[in-house]
Formats: sequence, structure tokens, C-alpha cells
Amino acid sequence: MIDFVVHDEGDSVGVVVVEGVTAGDELTGWVMDQNVDIKFKAASDIPIGHKLAIRPMQEGDTVIKYGTDIGKVVADIGVGEHAHVHNIKTKRW
Amino acid sequence: MSQDLSSATFSGYRRENGRVGVRNHVIILPVDDLSNAACEAVANNIPGAMAIPHPYGRLQFGEDLELHFRTLIGTGSNPNVAAVVVIGIENGWTQKIVDGIASTGKPVTGFGIEQHGDHETIMEASKVAKEYVQWASELTREEAGLSELWVSTKCGESDTTSGCGSNPTVGNAFDKLYPHGATLLFGETSEITGGEHLVAERCRNDAVRERFMFMFNRYQDLIERFKTSDLSDSQPTKGNIEGGLTTIEEKALGNIQKIGKECLVDGVLDKAETPTGPGLWFMDSSSAAAEMVTLAAAGGYVVHFFPTGQGNIIGNPILPVIKICANPRTVRTMSEHVDVDVSGLLRREMTPGEAGDKLLESMFRTANGRLTAAEALGHREFVLTRLYESA
Repeated sequence: MIDFVVHDEGDSVGVVVVEGVTAGDELTGWVMDQNVDIKFKAASDIPIGHKLAIRPMQEGDTVIKYGTDIGKVVADIGVGEHAHVHNIKTKRW
Repeated sequence: MSQDLSSATFSGYRRENGRVGVRNHVIILPVDDLSNAACEAVANNIPGAMAIPHPYGRLQFGEDLELHFRTLIGTGSNPNVAAVVVIGIENGWTQKIVDGIASTGKPVTGFGIEQHGDHETIMEASKVAKEYVQWASELTREEAGLSELWVSTKCGESDTTSGCGSNPTVGNAFDKLYPHGATLLFGETSEITGGEHLVAERCRNDAVRERFMFMFNRYQDLIERFKTSDLSDSQPTKGNIEGGLTTIEEKALGNIQKIGKECLVDGVLDKAETPTGPGLWFMDSSSAAAEMVTLAAAGGYVVHFFPTGQGNIIGNPILPVIKICANPRTVRTMSEHVDVDVSGLLRREMTPGEAGDKLLESMFRTANGRLTAAEALGHREFVLTRLYESA
């Protein structure tokens, strides 16, 4: 059972692919490019399709997904926490 | 499936100019907003003819007017269209569109409303439409190879499952179609922001790369000129954000999964332009679903791959739109809109190769005549791209 997927092992976030993830759930993740499984505990309720942090991130850090820069951290994010528009912003526009 | 694509064929309508279509529409095409009522009346009189109303065509000028003509002429010229009746308020621009479509060799007749009024125009146009519908009904399909199939792609209401499921499915299918000489298309210029370097690396040569970056930078300039914020809520859309996408960079990196891992970008088109050879083409275009799909149809594409995450329900009057979805919630709640369910990818129950094959199977069935969900549901979104205000 896969609860979240990660594109690349260097990424800082994964994507929840099941409904109903709540804080405290033990989650199994699949790192697609390297085809390995990882485990994390959810620190927030996270809707399907939304991201969880798999590395701790500080304000100003770059967020990596697909092995590529997807924006900057604007509020610190702990491992297992919901990572979205409240703590990540674009570097463009 | 994993069929040998080198000998694969689909069954389509060969048009007068040699192109092969997968639908056999007779369309009633307005030149301008004023002519919608007459076009819809003709389509009401003649079941089997389809009106394509739109809100523009008056006092446009310059590049915006050229795009208007290119889009309408391209729509009529699309090989999914058997014959066309064009109706405009006056004869001049009507004739320009008739002449453009006539260059394909297909039957086309124009009517100007001035000095005749709606009643006479509707009667005369209905007579022609009736003849076209009967004529088209006798056309038959013939076998054609993948080198004669033009397939476009654009995603919509994307979410994070698009980037790891439905978009890579399109990419896998594109990688399989490309070596067989198919003519492929992607676009969505603003939605490459953050991944433009990756597309530039995939361009066949420096000339294509320069042209791509010209189009990319031209769109960035437009956004910089008119923006009042960082575009959050517009690009990504509210729906994208609801689905978990956070930034334009994240959305773009998911978006470009659609061009696969192997095929190269062979050429760059301006909006509604027609490619001049096989391969993968980039078309400068809006990322709004109906605008981009309308431009792809005007460029001559006959089948469209549309991955969605949150459930965009778009269709097009003449271009069959195949929906691909990897989000299990959307597949459950909006199943009537989904043609190809690849949610198994995210459960590791399906490989990307199997997902690509499933899409190709749907592509062949659609090309051979099976209606897509959007067609069966009556989705006919036809949206003209405007560059600036009318005079």
C-alpha cells in the first residue's frame, strides 16, 4: 500500500496519493526514480494530492521536487508536515 | 496491449488535400458574433450540421485579426471537417475565410447577411448545409498509418497526480508515437515557467531552441506587463492549488512530463499555425484549456490527449479530447468524464509503459470512431484567443 510518492530521492517533498491522511499516521512512500520505499509519520492532516515534507526546511530554503527547484520556503516546515501555499511560494513573477 | 506500432493503422477520412481526419463534421462557421444566430438556426434546420458560435470577429486589427482569420480558416481546414458553411455579417471577411478553407479542396460556401437578412441567409445556407450533410454521409473511412495521425496534448485542472501519473502517461505514449512519424504537439507557454531550461535542452537544434526561447520570453514579457500579483490564483489556478500544486514551477515540471523522455522538439509554431512535417512541435499558446485546444484544432490536429487531476471537463467541437486521470478521487467522483483511468500507477498496480499502452488503445478506438466522454456529453468549447482590444 502506497500512501505517498516521491519523484526523486533528492526531493524535499512527497505527494500524498490516498484520501484521509491524518496527523500521526504511519505512511509508506515510493521513490519512483530509484524504486525504493521509505516510511514517514504524518505530522499534519494532509489531503490527497497535497505534499508532505520529507526533509526539514528553513525559511529561505529552496524546495526540490522532480530533482528541480519548485520555489522557496517562506515559513519553516518540519518533516511530515503539510507543505503548500502557506509555507512555499514561487520564485517567479 | 504493447502492439507493434510500426504496422499499426487507424481508420480515417482522407480529405482532398491528403490529410486524414477521424471525424466527419459539417460545420456552420460564423465569421463574427453577429452571425451566431443564423449559424445556429441553420444547424437547427439540418441535423447533422454543427454550428460553432463564438463572441468575436468585429473591428479586430493587426496581429489579433490575423490570428482570428488563421484560427477560423484552420478550424474549417481541419481534416476532421468534411465541409463548411461560413456565415458573416458582410461579404469581404466572409470570402477571405471561404478562400482560406477552399485551398484545402474541401467543399465550402460563404454567405453575407447584409442586404439579405437572417431569414434569406438561413434559408440559402440551410440548402447548402443539407447537400453537404448528405454528401459527407457517403464518405467512407480508409486505413492510414501513424505517420498520418496528428495528436496534440494539453492538461487541465492539474494537480500533483498529473505530474506523477496522467502526464507521464501521455509522455510514454508520445515517446512511442514519435519514432513512427506521428505529428505531435504541446504548448501552454506560461505553464513551462520553471522548466523552460528542460524544454530548451530537448530542442533538436539551436534554431529551434532560439525560437522556443523567443516564444517563452514573449509570454513572460506579457505577464510582467499586466500582472498585479505573483499570479497565484490564476497560474496555478484555484483548482490546481486545491489539488495540492503550490507554485508555477511545480506545475510546469509536472506539465512537461507530457513530452516524454525521448522525443525531441522539432519545431516551434505561433498560435494556430500548422506544422510542416512530422515530429514534436511546440505551439505558443495560452494555458487555458479551451483556448489551447481550439488553437491545436486550428493547427490541424485530429486527436487530443488531455490529462487532468481535479477533473477538467473540456471538449472541442471538432477535435476529440481524450481525458486521462490518475487521481483516484476524481476517477470516483467524475467517472463520466474520464476516458483512461491510470490511477493504478500511483498504487504501483500499473507501470508507466502499461499506462501509455492503455492510452494508445483509447487513441486508436477514438480515431476509429468511438466517441470520447466529452463528445458523448456534448462538450464543444470553442474559444478564440485574443491578443488585445478591438479598434
